[in-house]
Amino acid sequence: MQLARVIGTVVATVKNDSLDGRKLLVVQTLNKDLQPSGKPLVAVDSVGAGIGELVFWCRGKEASFPFKREDTPTDCTIIGIVDSDLHVSQGNRLTGKPRL
Amino acid sequence: MILARVLGNIVATQKNRRYDNASVMLCQQITPEGDETEYSVLALNSVDAGVGDTVLIVQEGWSASTAATGKAGAAIDSAIVGVVDRIDLL
Repeated sequence: MQLARVIGTVVATVKNDSLDGRKLLVVQTLNKDLQPSGKPLVAVDSVGAGIGELVFWCRGKEASFPFKREDTPTDCTIIGIVDSDLHVSQGNRLTGKPRL
Repeated sequence: MILARVLGNIVATQKNRRYDNASVMLCQQITPEGDETEYSVLALNSVDAGVGDTVLIVQEGWSASTAATGKAGAAIDSAIVGVVDRIDLL
């Protein structure tokens, strides 16, 4: 799973029947410091996320599991909304190399 | 599986039901030598790993879902499945 910011919506009138009623959102993946990393993706929404929210998404086959898994064509689904930017903690973070 | 260090956790009230009672940890991939790489990832915590721990993360759906929730078929693509005590390199 990866953290991402919802930065837009996608409207697609013609699409696979099993995507009917699904909300398509443009998400920008973020790194641990909440800075953009990589190119924006289109993700199917399963939790009611909206523009500007900090979310996390799941990739691959597992992305279809919140829906009818056998016939929902998605490889990227939003599966949670982070309460706020402050709810991403990096508390007690060790600096330098860990002791192995 | 990848090696990673646990940086912290995230709080998400609204999430997939299969995530209930699980903690989602923010992790940074590391090399076997312990250097951080660019790649950070969120993973479900199935072993009570804490901040600063070096952990093993499995990134395959069936395994991750089984490890983290006890059942396959959840929308989970990464799970922490072990806390690394030590790595011996040649």
